[in-house]
Amino acid sequence: MSDSVSETHTPETLRHLYTTMVRIRVFEEKLAELLEVDPKDREVRCPCHLYIGQEAIATGVCAALEAADTVWGGHRSHGHYIAKGGSLDGMMAEIFGKETGCSRGRGGSMHLFAPEVGILGTVPLVAATIPISVGAALASKIRGEKHVAVAFFGDGAVEEGHFHESVNMAAVYDLPVIFVVENNFYSSHLPLLDRRREDNIVKTADAHGIPGVSMDGNDVLEVLRHSTEAVERGRSGGGPTLFECRTYRWRGHVGPSWDMDVGVKRKNELDEWLPKDPIARLRTHMTEAGESESSFDEIQKSVEAEVDESIAFARRSEFPSAAELYEHLYTVPVGGATPGGGAGGSGGRGAREGGF
Amino acid sequence: MRAISYVDAIREAHAQLLATDDRVFVFGQGLWSPWYVGASMKDLDKEFGRERIIDSPVSENATTGAAIGAALCGMRPIVVHPRMDFMVLAMDPIVNQAANWSYMFAGEQSCPVVIRPIINRGGEQAAQHSQALQSWFFHVPGVKIVMPSTAYDAKGLLVSATRDDDPVVYIDDRWLYEETDPTPEEIYEVPIGEGAIRREGIDVTIVGYSYTAAQSVKAAAMLSERGIDAEVVDLRTVKPWDKELVLESVRKTGRCVVTDSGWMTGGVAAEIAAVVGTEAFESLVAPIQRVALPDLPAPMAAPLEKAYYDHIGVEEIASVVEKTIAVKERI
Repeated sequence: MSDSVSETHTPETLRHLYTTMVRIRVFEEKLAELLEVDPKDREVRCPCHLYIGQEAIATGVCAALEAADTVWGGHRSHGHYIAKGGSLDGMMAEIFGKETGCSRGRGGSMHLFAPEVGILGTVPLVAATIPISVGAALASKIRGEKHVAVAFFGDGAVEEGHFHESVNMAAVYDLPVIFVVENNFYSSHLPLLDRRREDNIVKTADAHGIPGVSMDGNDVLEVLRHSTEAVERGRSGGGPTLFECRTYRWRGHVGPSWDMDVGVKRKNELDEWLPKDPIARLRTHMTEAGESESSFDEIQKSVEAEVDESIAFARRSEFPSAAELYEHLYTVPVGGATPGGGAGGSGGRGAREGGF
Repeated sequence: MRAISYVDAIREAHAQLLATDDRVFVFGQGLWSPWYVGASMKDLDKEFGRERIIDSPVSENATTGAAIGAALCGMRPIVVHPRMDFMVLAMDPIVNQAANWSYMFAGEQSCPVVIRPIINRGGEQAAQHSQALQSWFFHVPGVKIVMPSTAYDAKGLLVSATRDDDPVVYIDDRWLYEETDPTPEEIYEVPIGEGAIRREGIDVTIVGYSYTAAQSVKAAAMLSERGIDAEVVDLRTVKPWDKELVLESVRKTGRCVVTDSGWMTGGVAAEIAAVVGTEAFESLVAPIQRVALPDLPAPMAAPLEKAYYDHIGVEEIASVVEKTIAVKERI
């Protein structure tokens, strides 16, 4: 673990970080089991992109945030949702496609929603939420608030124009954004150095004149330390920060497989990265600081029960009714539905006024 | 009532929205300059401050995406694209994000953003400074599209679009900027989804919107002198369009010409013609005709450019109407 930190964290903080990472890990491992079921009996059908191995990043960043700060994710956002405080029942039911899901069964794994904790939508178009996060920060600045916006995205998203336009925009307006690149060295199946001349993502920050920090993304305390600084910078008007969190995706791009079919390289990489398990590392650190074995067991047991209950909740929940197919296209339906687009719905609660 | 120009009506709507709603801000390229947006934003930065009238970096994608993010967080942004051609660089935020947000999250989160591309063409600007791409967005569920043809609507529809909880693409046309029209001084709304009868008639229905609605009114006046009594329906809202108003008119006249300032193939007029053909079939006494731009990029040289835009000119509309009238009624 990073040095300098052991004295700055209370046992409660360490337990919170550990528990959060375990909640992400257990949720996804149990989900992976559901995804491994034979297709004809499988309960979960929507594509699921697992975050296993990267838990320290969402956990460390979100531990530095408040509920009113917004977090914007992508296709691989179960970890962001859990770390920011989204309900496990809501996400599991969503993945099952149930009406009780966090997006009421309209989104699935790739479209998560928990406005009460600052998640106003995660969406799977690569890099799409990066400019949206800039807008959240712009709203905060125009209103004179201090809310920070965090964009989580992978190394592939750095290759999109969205990213460069957005970093420049946040820089020029000194907006409180943290751009978190979760560099797991793959975009889907394609390695970083097949897409980029050098392993130097963090240098992008220099080009835009903002602070950039490259860090061990499997060290939750290091992530938390840098996040605390970046949040403070954002809140005090110091503008955006770019993080490059170096990590590794244990499972395949999508689904539960370990992607060993990708070849020898993948096997060697896993051999290198599995021992860097962020959860095991924090556990070792906590043990050295005096945490008891029984405490870890307790956390594990309680999280497993919680995740099991979320699966039971999803199973006993109802699917949305087919009669609701045409609902919610517009928040404010227009009278006289037409093939041009006017099928109406019941209307939602409308735009949130002045934050959340 | 005083008459003001279309462009002044747009400016006034912005000013009154900014004055009455703290959530409104305007974002886009060229907003501090008279070059890009005509007089439609004139001095608004001086009146309301450059924190609310933000002249953006050359980043259509990030500007639009950021406006959407601000809208999701409770603001009422108006994002301006001084030429619609350039807005093509912002398709992901509009088509994938703003349009889907309500449905993806079951109506729990609306996206009240106004996206304002300007159609700016003619003057030998050629292919990439000329396009009217409303049909692209017409195809996409979840957005609303308004396209005013008068100063009254230019003001009222911008107000409605900004107050609407859904993403609205508000498209104005610089060829209409100098048209004047009686326009109230106070702030008011023109309801989204309601078309208007611009001229009553019994022989044929001409459907138009934006520039072609204005052209259709002129064509109807010309046709009147030739003994043809045309009814002109101005859609005002292109999506969702006022189907009942159009069908009611066609059921009365039995003939229909749909005009469209975009290209012919896959255009707004094609969809309207299809719906009229299906739902007013029993009333039709002649095939539905379309007036639209030919499927070509806009050319530059004056004779080519004139030939190109003549396809949506007053004479062309009148000529197509006459051909429709000439079809003998089916027995």
